[in-house]
Amino acid sequence: MNAIATLTLLKKEVKRWRKVWLQTVLAPVITALLYLAVFGHVLEGRVEVFPGISYGAFLIPGLLMMSVIQNAFANTSSSLIQSKVMGSIVFVLLPPFSAFEMFLAYIGAAILRGMAVGVGVFLVALFYVKVPPVHDIFLIIGFAVLGSYVMGALGLIAGMWAEKFDQIAAFQSFLIMPLTFLSGVFYSINSLPPFWASVSYLNPFFYMIDGFRYGFFGQSDQPVMISFFVMLSAAVVLTGFCVKLLATGYKLRDA
Amino acid sequence: MVDAIKIENVSKSYGELRALNKLSLNIKQGEFFGLLGPNGAGKSTLISALAGLLSTDAGSLSVMGHDVVADYRQARSALGVVPQEIVMDPFFTVRETLEFQSGYFGISNNSQWIDELLDQLGLADKANSNMRQLSGGMKRRVLIAQALVHKPNVLVLDEPTAGVDVELRQSLWRFVRRLHREGHTIVLTTHYLEEAEELCDRIAIINKGELIALESKEDLLAKGLGNTLLVRSKQSINSVPPSYESKVSRLEANEVEIVLNREVDSVMQILDDLRQHGLDIEFVNVMNDSLEDVFVRLTVAPGGAR
Repeated sequence: MNAIATLTLLKKEVKRWRKVWLQTVLAPVITALLYLAVFGHVLEGRVEVFPGISYGAFLIPGLLMMSVIQNAFANTSSSLIQSKVMGSIVFVLLPPFSAFEMFLAYIGAAILRGMAVGVGVFLVALFYVKVPPVHDIFLIIGFAVLGSYVMGALGLIAGMWAEKFDQIAAFQSFLIMPLTFLSGVFYSINSLPPFWASVSYLNPFFYMIDGFRYGFFGQSDQPVMISFFVMLSAAVVLTGFCVKLLATGYKLRDA
Repeated sequence: MVDAIKIENVSKSYGELRALNKLSLNIKQGEFFGLLGPNGAGKSTLISALAGLLSTDAGSLSVMGHDVVADYRQARSALGVVPQEIVMDPFFTVRETLEFQSGYFGISNNSQWIDELLDQLGLADKANSNMRQLSGGMKRRVLIAQALVHKPNVLVLDEPTAGVDVELRQSLWRFVRRLHREGHTIVLTTHYLEEAEELCDRIAIINKGELIALESKEDLLAKGLGNTLLVRSKQSINSVPPSYESKVSRLEANEVEIVLNREVDSVMQILDDLRQHGLDIEFVNVMNDSLEDVFVRLTVAPGGAR
């Protein structure tokens, strides 16, 4: 393991999103805030998902996690597709990186961007809604890290697979966005008709949101350990898959 | 002493197209080596395989004795590649770019060497400029600096002077000559054959993925390819003696050019024969073949097709 090389690539990837923070951090924070303002205003007092918890407070963990995972995905996918299209990927392919070192650096940067956006959403949301209770801070951090890890890995796969920017956009519009919106960010899946509730259990994003929300309220649709196990399994499988793709140079080398 | 680069029976195909065909080639440490060939000959494919940017179908490649697949870490650490295309990361300054590239090779504090590279390549005043603000020539200099941040034993320059102004070309060659003097092995591909002729000790010519010549520059120039004899007559020339017809490379108005084979042809004998054939000779010149002439003869098939 070459720690200097891995940390340098991580530093470069973090610096990349920090240099365009308006687009990579502030914009998603504003988007989350708009969701919160509109849905919170319309549904506050009309809907109570968990007993004793206002809709606005219920919404915060879901929106926060949605922002975290979407930006973790965006970070790896956009970094890879940009460097592939512009040809600068060669600067990472020529040095003696192992596949696992590359994976760690890209995922680390995705997690840090996810966290930066998450903290931003939380801080800004505090001005609008009563602070939701914190049941278990370690679960909150654990699910945020696992969620952004999994989504960073999916972004890595999308970035390697895509050859054009519009393919990444399609991936986001037709897969990430629907799965996120249908994962229970805005509602409890127990409020759905039985069929759609069952379908929701097949949505891996549901476990990210549900487990994360448990960290705040101590209440969830699924037992939190099941969500944690699903997330951990997804992380292990995706790690193996990504490292294999990076080792073979899928659509990076031989391109 | 282990070879700087060893290429053994390397083949690579893209569908029906055979880019490299059982190509073998050794480059010794400390050589200034020229790799020439027409467009599509397989030069860049070979360099990409050497750098681990693509896999081969058969054969093996090693850098400083390290297999580029099995010992890729050591092989890549020993190799610096200046890619043919001008590519850059638009987010960063020149200095950031070089610091990151150093780190990728496991070097954490490289400021002194980076400063020297910036100075030697005329980039010192651009160190804190964003890559996007640089001209094409400046970006090319940064690419060269990036290839050198880890002081590789072997430096591969893939057409580094394409589209570069004369000043940069000269300063680049001064710098590369210095690196060569300091013991670096240099591998150069170029379309400017006069550069290869001026700089390289040994030259390989590849065409259609196959090695068609591998000689010292002197041997290549002298390899039975001879010189050209220019004869100008006072009257127009309609024909030459039949024994010379196959050697005529040009016959126009009152001038004829005859390709000489240094080992068998006598200029005096040819001139005597031409006089006897009725030519009233006014002017004679013997022209040395350039590497370009040799290159064209080796890579252009009869009839002109490459």
